[in-house]
Amino acid sequence: MKYSIFSLARAALSGHKNWQRTWRDAAPKDHYDVVIIGGGGHGLATAWFLASEFGIRNVAVLEKGWIGSGNAGRNTTIIRSNYGLPGNTGFYELSMKLWERMEQDLNYNAMVSQRGVLNLYHSDAQRDAYARRGNTMRINGIDAELLDQAALKKMLPFLNFDHARFPVQGGLLQRRGGTARHDAVVWGYAHAASELGVDIIQNCEVTGFVRDGNGKVTGVETSRGKIGAGKVGMAVAGSSSRVAAMAGMRLPIESHVLQAFVSEAIKPLIPGVMTFGAGHFYVSQSDKGGLVFGGDIDGYNSYAQRGNLPVMEDVCEGGMALIPMIGRVRLLRQWGGIMDMSMDGSPIIDKTPVDGLYLNAGWCYGGFKATPGSGFVFAHLLARDETHKEAALFRLDRFQRGAMIDEKGQGAQPNLH
Amino acid sequence: MRITCPFCGERELGEFSYLGDAKPVRPAAGAGEDAVYDYVYLRDNVAGVMAENWYHGGGCRAWLKVTRNTLTHEISAVEPAAGAGARQVAK
Ligand SMILES: Cc1cc2nc3c(=O)[nH]c(=O)nc-3n(C[C@H](O)[C@H](O)[C@H](O)COP(=O)(O)OP(=O)(O)OC[C@H]3O[C@@H](n4cnc5c(N)ncnc54)[C@H](O)[C@@H]3O)c2cc1C
Ligand SMILES: [Zn+2]
Repeated sequence: MKYSIFSLARAALSGHKNWQRTWRDAAPKDHYDVVIIGGGGHGLATAWFLASEFGIRNVAVLEKGWIGSGNAGRNTTIIRSNYGLPGNTGFYELSMKLWERMEQDLNYNAMVSQRGVLNLYHSDAQRDAYARRGNTMRINGIDAELLDQAALKKMLPFLNFDHARFPVQGGLLQRRGGTARHDAVVWGYAHAASELGVDIIQNCEVTGFVRDGNGKVTGVETSRGKIGAGKVGMAVAGSSSRVAAMAGMRLPIESHVLQAFVSEAIKPLIPGVMTFGAGHFYVSQSDKGGLVFGGDIDGYNSYAQRGNLPVMEDVCEGGMALIPMIGRVRLLRQWGGIMDMSMDGSPIIDKTPVDGLYLNAGWCYGGFKATPGSGFVFAHLLARDETHKEAALFRLDRFQRGAMIDEKGQGAQPNLH
Repeated sequence: MRITCPFCGERELGEFSYLGDAKPVRPAAGAGEDAVYDYVYLRDNVAGVMAENWYHGGGCRAWLKVTRNTLTHEISAVEPAAGAGARQVAK
């Protein structure tokens, strides 16, 4: 089905009772050219790019729950490409460019909203670091503006400029950054991939790998039976270690919980996305008016998919330090998601040492903004058995080679990234 | 989640810092690059019961070995970490 002004009008005039399903809920076939494990944003984007860009349409996406029930539907929806290190800079900008044409490509309204992402700085040293990052971005053709305090006082008069310890001195702004409607991203990729023949199979948990005499992966065992595959790609976010273990692999990854918070709805206050540079707090305002915010991960290995109180307190303190008046706003909801935290805080997109098995993992805080870029480069790898140039540094063996992409400079300590 | 420190009693989580899985053991000097890679970077990342190191910085400042279920947050044992002089004091 194609969405257009006429299809919208038709559906509206018939009392919204005649909307069609947006993707086929398929039953598994015996064999696919490519099987993708994980029906989050990354798995579905991969399937769509396989079909639309690389001409491989005999593809299945297997999801143990319902599509988007993982982090794709739990994140705070921020998209940006303001990264400073080689590897990240080009990759996230590729992703940003794909966000900018996603709605046309998918024929689906993902509510991509480029209302700007602003990182605040609070000291001279931090200003210099942000200036450097901004320059790196501009050298690479990415937009960045360094704003001083006077400019921010006009834009965001309610910030705590007089904070004794962490006065807001200025910020690094990427105007092309912003937010997107996370569920719509999942549904949009599912819609478009399904139109091209991809089978999206929900309630289908992968429980093991089928391997031939040489150890090559030739399919998967699932809760809905055995499914053969030419190649298998994993995009299971916080479950990467568990699924990799079924193929006898250990990964440089820990699973950690990240929380998100939403306040009651208030009138428009926060124009874009804002981050507090002196602590860990980031906030935007949803179209319904709620403040959507978050901060650090809980800090210890967890698969519990729910958060703990000390981090909630810390995040709220960060918010109060930056915008004292939000202390008057009531917290409405809170939830947690399980993320992969890799040993350097950056993703892994690579073939694995197991023939026929491909890995897309290690997505920490930045995995939602990566969705289209990750789908594109992973599809490239699966289709051509060649790493895309923008994923050239995301190799699995980089930890062995000492070629880490450690954006925060924290070392091999996942809870510090 | 609250942790019952053997020295201080039950305390809130904010008093503790996490060091991670207690299983990896530092390889002997000369054990080779693969052993170092394994120790520094690879993790079992257990979904279930796991022994881990925590530091009680907001209390007695002892290192503790905490046995915890990563699926439920349930803690089944807390002991002084091996090598901590604290083990003697606990007796
Ligand atoms: C609270 C929170 C806030 C965040 N905020 C942001 C943000 O603002 N910006 C940003 O860029 N990133 C953010 N992230 C990170 C981002 O959400 C993730 O890195 C990204 O969504 C992960 O990729 P995914 O969407 O494909 O994962 P998921 O949606 O988690 O997809 C993986 C899927 O695999 C399925 N699966 C697992 N095991 C199996 C199996 N054995 N068989 C079949 N299926 C299986 C799961 O059910 C799941 O649906 C946030 C994360 C959290 C938790
Ligand atoms: Zn103690």
